[in-house]
Amino acid sequence: MQMQSVSKERASLVGSLGVDGRVLTMLVVLAVVWTAFQILTLGQPGQFLSPQNLWNLSVQTAVVGIMVGGMVLVIVARQIDLSVGSILGFTGMIMALIQTVPPLGWGGHWLLALGAGLLLGALIGAFQGYWVAYWGVPAFVVTLAGLLIFRNATFIVASGRTIGPLDDNFKVLGGGLNGSIGEFWTWVVGLVVIAYIVYQAFSNRSRRLKNGLPVRPVWAEGVVNGFLILLTLAFVWVMNAFPYPGTNIPRGMPVPVLITLIVLFSLNWIALNTRFGRYVFAIGGNPEAALLAGINVRRMLVVVFALMGFLAALAGAVQAARLNFVTNSMGNLLELDVIAAAVIGGTALAGGSGTIVGAALGALLMSSLHSGMVLMGLPTEWQNVVLGLVLLAAVIWNSVYLRSRR
Amino acid sequence: MTPLVEMQNICLRFGGNQALDNVSVNLYPGEVVGLLGHNGAGKSTLIKVLSGAYQADSGQIRVDGREVQIRSPQDAQALGIETIYQNLALADNLDAVANVFLGRERVRGIRLDEDFMELEARKTLDRLRVKIPSLRVPVAQMSGGQRQTVAIGRALYFKARCLIMDEPTAALGPEETAKVGELIKALKAEGVGIFLISHDLHDVFDLADRITVMKNGRVVGTVYTQDVSHDDVLGMIIGGVMPKGVRPAQTPLPRG
Repeated sequence: MQMQSVSKERASLVGSLGVDGRVLTMLVVLAVVWTAFQILTLGQPGQFLSPQNLWNLSVQTAVVGIMVGGMVLVIVARQIDLSVGSILGFTGMIMALIQTVPPLGWGGHWLLALGAGLLLGALIGAFQGYWVAYWGVPAFVVTLAGLLIFRNATFIVASGRTIGPLDDNFKVLGGGLNGSIGEFWTWVVGLVVIAYIVYQAFSNRSRRLKNGLPVRPVWAEGVVNGFLILLTLAFVWVMNAFPYPGTNIPRGMPVPVLITLIVLFSLNWIALNTRFGRYVFAIGGNPEAALLAGINVRRMLVVVFALMGFLAALAGAVQAARLNFVTNSMGNLLELDVIAAAVIGGTALAGGSGTIVGAALGALLMSSLHSGMVLMGLPTEWQNVVLGLVLLAAVIWNSVYLRSRR
Repeated sequence: MTPLVEMQNICLRFGGNQALDNVSVNLYPGEVVGLLGHNGAGKSTLIKVLSGAYQADSGQIRVDGREVQIRSPQDAQALGIETIYQNLALADNLDAVANVFLGRERVRGIRLDEDFMELEARKTLDRLRVKIPSLRVPVAQMSGGQRQTVAIGRALYFKARCLIMDEPTAALGPEETAKVGELIKALKAEGVGIFLISHDLHDVFDLADRITVMKNGRVVGTVYTQDVSHDDVLGMIIGGVMPKGVRPAQTPLPRG
């Protein structure tokens, strides 16, 4: 009896934070995993929580992180996209071909390569979305076909060769030696984010109060926003604590990480604050209701797939820039990582439910597990077994969570 | 008085099945017309024609005496015709505010004006006097009555002049059914015309001014509720014949 009332009170305390339960779970799991890896790697030169490892971790998360928000929208709308790894490879190869010097490539400007690659990705996505939306072909089949077509088209356009090296300016996207924004700009980004957090908190609260709408308790505002600010400061500190080799000049935030954060922030804002985001969730919750409410469900689906294709191409640019040479297997099986990250982050495959933030944390958890197990010297096959188990556990937890909310 | 809505000689064929055969019904402001009939009698098909989900092969629809074309749910909504579907047509994963405004969100620039919508939804739902503690939880977590209130609130907010209610009490307990009954009376008093589709004869006798019975895609007849007994209406539903000596009811009951 006593126990029950205490746990109820605790539940309502957590509830008044106004944070999605699945996001909270992900944060707790991440904290546990990071602590565990730190303890397990204490005796080694490269500890898990060293700035160097965390900096590398952030770069390793970028490619999946760029795509995972798009995948959340796809899955929320009751669809799936199995072709993102192949689109990433194909558009990456096209971008490499355009900018690489003849005779291997076509000798174009790197900006042209980037623009053409992104446009191509969006068009491929829209093309797949068209068959799903207007012809009712299941997305699983359409994008499975896309996986086969574009994986092998990558081989065909390059005649099986590896294409590179890429333009030095383009390579900035990959976060290599010149691919970080430096200490000063990292602080600028961090302070802008903090200013935004503070501004949002105050303006939202005062507006809701003025309109007589319920608000979170002050302590909850403080806890949530204080946590976000501390997180931002810690992030800036870590990014600036890893110097260029042989110097003590901090690298600052890698460009691919900046791109990832911008993409995730934008998608999260769109999902929560625009008609488009609202309609994607409505379609996932009840497609018939969405149709009867006058939502153009078909067009929305095409846009969702086009957005996914665009993001796959953006991730392709980052991946290509990071590797400097594009092979025809680049991005192979990456679709599985993206879908797994979305699902681990609380996206329900049945549609209608998921958060961008949760999925971003899912992507971070996956690359953390990967990085930690590599540090511990665990063989690849065991790494994949662990990732599989984590995926399974996440899906089970997710369905328990959703059932408890019915 | 001009009818609010007049459907005349509506025909609709699905393949070999004549779903609607020369169906004519009308509805005046401030009255409730009950639509009765077996499953497959054509009542749901008829209201789907009016709400823009289906289009008739032939026949006319007039609103305020003017002939109109209703090609989509939006056309119907623009004419003030709102439908509350049997399955409620709510997105279960969204909250009450999002559902009330679904498809007609208020925006500032490109940003949803959540505060405005929450305030307006609260006002509208308060008018319906069904207690909904939080408008910000997914409607999947609400009771049947609360969900029905959200669905009605949706129609009400957008100034429905003609409300089509398809089995509004089917999923509700007795207390909530009574609430919906009160709600219908309140809407009537505001001059809203209501097509009420129901299996429940008691509901219809309680609420409807006139009753139109359909069978096999045709109208058996329209009668004043006060002129007939349950048995008369059952005879119309099952036998497809007008009761003897009962006057047809093409206009609303004269007051007094």
